[in-house]
Amino acid sequence: MARRKYKGIDHLSSVDRVVVALMVVVPTLLVLWLVWLPAVGSVLLSFTNWDGIGPISSAKVIGLKNYHDVVTIYPPFWPAVQHNLIWLGVLFLVATPFGLFLAVLLDRELRGSRVYQTAIYLPVVLSLALVGFIWQLIYSRDQGLINQVTGGTIDWYGDQRYNLWAALLAASWRHVGYIMLLYLAGLKGVDPTLREAAKVDGANERTTFFRVVFPVMAPINAIVLVVTVIESLRAFDLVWVINKGRNGLELISTLVTSNIVGEASRIGFGSAMATMMLLISSVFVAIYLRYTFKEQR
Amino acid sequence: MSAVVEPNATTKALLGQGGRPKPVGGGRGRLATQIFLAVVALIWIFPVAYAVLGSFRDYDYTSKHGYFSLGGFTLANYKDAWQQANFTHTMLNSAIITVPAVLLTLFLSCCVAFVVARFSWRFNLALLGLFTAANLLPPQALLIPVYRMFRAIEVPFWFSDSGTLLNSYWGLIAVNVAFQTGFCAFVLSNYMKALPRELYESAVVDGAGVLRQFFQLTLPLCRPPLAALATLEVTWIYNEFFWATVLLQSGDKYPVTSSINNLRGQFFTDNNLVAAGSVVIALPTLIIFFLLQKQFVAGLTLGATKG
Repeated sequence: MARRKYKGIDHLSSVDRVVVALMVVVPTLLVLWLVWLPAVGSVLLSFTNWDGIGPISSAKVIGLKNYHDVVTIYPPFWPAVQHNLIWLGVLFLVATPFGLFLAVLLDRELRGSRVYQTAIYLPVVLSLALVGFIWQLIYSRDQGLINQVTGGTIDWYGDQRYNLWAALLAASWRHVGYIMLLYLAGLKGVDPTLREAAKVDGANERTTFFRVVFPVMAPINAIVLVVTVIESLRAFDLVWVINKGRNGLELISTLVTSNIVGEASRIGFGSAMATMMLLISSVFVAIYLRYTFKEQR
Repeated sequence: MSAVVEPNATTKALLGQGGRPKPVGGGRGRLATQIFLAVVALIWIFPVAYAVLGSFRDYDYTSKHGYFSLGGFTLANYKDAWQQANFTHTMLNSAIITVPAVLLTLFLSCCVAFVVARFSWRFNLALLGLFTAANLLPPQALLIPVYRMFRAIEVPFWFSDSGTLLNSYWGLIAVNVAFQTGFCAFVLSNYMKALPRELYESAVVDGAGVLRQFFQLTLPLCRPPLAALATLEVTWIYNEFFWATVLLQSGDKYPVTSSINNLRGQFFTDNNLVAAGSVVIALPTLIIFFLLQKQFVAGLTLGATKG
């Protein structure tokens, strides 16, 4: 380790020690208090029957009953799971590959690439809530663009046959730009000699990409995978703006929220779903940490 | 959410260096690619362009002649949307929340990053992991305990007029800071690790304590990543919707983004008002996008590929 060589500069006076300690302890306490403590809290509450009205000491441990209830007698749960999976499927199988495809084309740096690139990632600066709001101009029943053009009367955000797909189109609009940016940075980082070598070996562009370039981008592929999964899991803003996640737009995140801030506060119940979210996300957080910290070990 | 792309790419992006001779395809293939990209770009820009256009149209005119017509241009939608949505108020709220949150996030993440980069002890990696993972957890999964804690914590009236952390600007700011610090700390620590240690050596020889090293040496050198992160964090916190919606339940504290909740109902009969409202809401981020594009892109890809 490099620091051995510089033994002198790591010597700390007692004042310095306090300063260093404060610099670490203050931010750490904040994150522990507002992220990790609540994470543990959600898990613990999910095993109790706390109604949120009486004192928390009145809560009883009821084992897995909340989980059992969620999966058996809570009607919106399975539709929400299905919607989350569809959300993931569309982002992962359509939006993400399309973003990669655009990045590959833009990476050739043809004339005008910068302009195209700028146009495509413009939606990334908009919040998903605003994205949902803007797309109303296209989807609304009476004055929306689609119905104006087609003369139809479909309420794209309201009709449960269509609203999930309408929301997904809007979400993909933003996701594509984000993925494109990530891959564009990734492609710029690929060692050019690799492509040269593949070319010398007679590989065409497609083979070069799939056999050489794409595998070399493994770390960024992992990051994109994690980003896509986590974005799908915590999708919330867009559907909440549309109709608070009802009527065909139920997602696990909106169910958790409605159970807490809505009329009925079912703490244990909401916590059980929150814990499921935590469980799924922690797998992908682990993958993310593994890839991003690999080189630092 | 944020991704961490590697510093090399970042610095390159910051400096605007492409660095590599472009692979050249055949002439026809290139033309086809260009046409394809142009079409995609037009489609992508369309919803925003359509909103901008619609925002200048008179409602009576477009409802009579349809949107595919010329004429009926007006600025009245902006005036109406501004008043009906009370944007003066919500913009102010956004500023009250965003400015301190961004400053605190950057300051605290600089602190963590500095210690992690400057001193190596055993828990460095664990510490960074703890912060970075925090950035990725779904906020909804943490809602119940945070909401309950905030409701139970009583604070003096001068600190929050609601008497608790719930419904207070500072509660929301604290949550935003806690969630964003991880990403910034990670990116900054990577940058700080690349600073030559000889700098610190001479500083120590000069008798500079940790605080002076931090404020006079490290922070000035970190201007490039700080500029990129500041741009990104302003956008993100301005755009933050979930926590503001659930933690500030009274509408009068809502920042712009969360006020969208209420706008749909208010504007529902008039799409041109929706358009004008959208443009107003997007404006701060669009200004950032056009003026600080380089910083924004650098921030987003900061910390993601291997060079």
